[in-house]
Amino acid sequence: MNLFWTVRTNNHRASVLTFGIIICLIGPAKAFTAYVSNEKSNTVSVIDIDRMETIKTIKVGQRPRGIELTKDDRYCLVAVGDDDTIQVIDTKSGEVIANLPSGPDPELFILSPNGKILYVANENDNTVTIIDMERRARLGEVQVGVEPEGMGISPDGKILVNTSETTNMAHFIDTDARKIIANVLVDSRPRFAAFKSDGSELWVSSEVGGTVSIIDPVRHQVTKKINFAIPGLRSEAIQPVGINITKDGKTGFVALGPANRVAVIDATTHEVKKYLLVGQRVWHMSFTPDEKYLLTTNGLSNDVSVIDVASLKVIKSIQVGELPWGVTITKQ
Amino acid sequence: MNKIKGDLAGSTALIRFAVLVLVIVLGLDLAARAQDTLDIKIGYLRRAQHQETISLVQMPPPDNGLAGAQMATKDNDTTGRFLNQRYSLVDLHLKAGDDPATAVAELARQGISLIVADLPADDLLKAAEAGKAGRILFFNAAATDDRLRQKDCRANVIHTAPSRAMLADGLAQYLVWKRWVRWFLVVGSHERDKLFAAALIRAANRFGAKIVQEREFKDTGGARRTDSGVVQVQQQMPVFTQEAPSYDVLVAADESEVFANNLPYRTWDPRPVAGSAGLVPTSWDASNSLWGGIQMQDRFIAQFKRLMTPLDMQAWTAVRMIGEAASRQNSADPNKILDFLKGPELALGAFKGQKLTLRDWDLQLRQPILLADGRTIVSVSPQQGFLHQFSELDTLGYDRPETQCKLQK
Repeated sequence: MNLFWTVRTNNHRASVLTFGIIICLIGPAKAFTAYVSNEKSNTVSVIDIDRMETIKTIKVGQRPRGIELTKDDRYCLVAVGDDDTIQVIDTKSGEVIANLPSGPDPELFILSPNGKILYVANENDNTVTIIDMERRARLGEVQVGVEPEGMGISPDGKILVNTSETTNMAHFIDTDARKIIANVLVDSRPRFAAFKSDGSELWVSSEVGGTVSIIDPVRHQVTKKINFAIPGLRSEAIQPVGINITKDGKTGFVALGPANRVAVIDATTHEVKKYLLVGQRVWHMSFTPDEKYLLTTNGLSNDVSVIDVASLKVIKSIQVGELPWGVTITKQ
Repeated sequence: MNKIKGDLAGSTALIRFAVLVLVIVLGLDLAARAQDTLDIKIGYLRRAQHQETISLVQMPPPDNGLAGAQMATKDNDTTGRFLNQRYSLVDLHLKAGDDPATAVAELARQGISLIVADLPADDLLKAAEAGKAGRILFFNAAATDDRLRQKDCRANVIHTAPSRAMLADGLAQYLVWKRWVRWFLVVGSHERDKLFAAALIRAANRFGAKIVQEREFKDTGGARRTDSGVVQVQQQMPVFTQEAPSYDVLVAADESEVFANNLPYRTWDPRPVAGSAGLVPTSWDASNSLWGGIQMQDRFIAQFKRLMTPLDMQAWTAVRMIGEAASRQNSADPNKILDFLKGPELALGAFKGQKLTLRDWDLQLRQPILLADGRTIVSVSPQQGFLHQFSELDTLGYDRPETQCKLQK
């Protein structure tokens, strides 16, 4: 289904409309499928979101963490750090069909908006590796700070942001020149970077610092820091990791790790609106394409929580493998 | 013949050209970095403290501690590339009889005002005194003595090494959680063994354990390991530990490495051993893979081809604290660094699962205590349920209301 890919990259209302009509003509929409990496079990759990249950478990390499579907949903990519590769799972057969030359110990990675280039953070090497997806070949690398981790990409694909955990920076990389153009100091152990869909803001979570920095991607400056306070919980337990922002740019969700909560943030004022209690050590999250649900991985309780985005309620928890880490959801 | 000459000449020209290019590139790089580059020189001051250990695999490596400081210097320098800061480390190794005050003066002469110390308590105090006038800031990476955080605390000495009280409290919380509350305490005959025993007794009283008996193991001299020593040890340890009142766990205080590692599996009663052997409280263990620790271990092994010790970690933490402060203040001024480290802004990431901060009353780094058996991490203290009104980490060691420390500027 290349159609959807066109729709997303062009971000064209008319196409979306056409696409919607086609779907209506064909019949009821197919159920979305979520893929969850289980760091300890060395598996990927496949969840049917309509049924809200795990329907399949795929054996992968050692220590699967970062996980993302290709733009056409044909392949699910999963970084298996201890095997020093990114495995390619054919979503039809559920089999691992290839390995990508990711460089050593890949953890998080991100696809360019057109799906052609993959950027990988190599934690042990202080580098970001660039991979051509068509040829499945390495194109080059960029030297960054100590322990690169979080990866975000601007909606136009021109700026890649990598966060380095021990250097405590967000590195802005020009994707054409493959060079760092700016470095922004943030709080301790930055884990994740996410742009708003209009590219106006970059959010970076600091796990140890306990904050989310809002960065102006043009001026390369921190314009605001979001702090979290949960009654009855010591501040050390609040460790922001995953960030997901709705497409309209109005609501942000931040996974708070061992605080076992997801913070709901008014993305315009950057005020925390609510804390949602989910499973233990909540790590990464993913929206369904219609943004009806947000799925969270809860490492210590071995489950996935389903948040109903409209009502801001946790409506279900789904058992997966051991130490679920990342989650990605099909677009159709 | 000519052909070979020609080839040689060609390759020489090529080498010359390559060298020229290299010089230009390096020159450009240096020139670029020289612009407003902040030079941060750190001293590493250590005294050889030869420690014989019972276990051959626990013999401290010659660069114990120094390697951790070197890795952190490299980490800081990687960050420094983006900030126009350059970090370097000067290692000064005291020989027997060398005066620490002279060494401090020598480091100061080299423009160093930040010193990581691997020194015994008395040497550290001498160094701190000598550095006072020059506003030198010290990081105690090695000495666990509680007196350095109590009556002998100094306003220019930050402690990244946990104190004996913190280690003992970390162990005690776990043993109490496990309901192994009846302790048979065996103490070595050296001063430092007794100091650790005192910390263990304090911990037992604080957390509700009971010492059913205290017994001394006298060091009568001799080698730690011998060819056929195991035969004797197998006879000696059961006899030494017999006729103890009923107990749950044998807790050994043997920093001098005379007997504790001979106790596991050889006690008269089948009981676990903790303290200086068996389940050991520590700041770091080479088996720790929690909270990204695996990345730390991988990087360390790649660079030094050996496992990372607690002293390496404590020295790494000290140098990283300097890097953290200098990168956020854009200054290497020791007063500014100390103010930042003492303040609310510090949130040090050190692979301990939470931010680390300083106790402003005695300049001790708050940190979780790992409980390691040499192969795995068994648990991490503070244990759940040991509550504190400010920070659960302050359930380990001397808390603000108990402190005897008076920091004087």
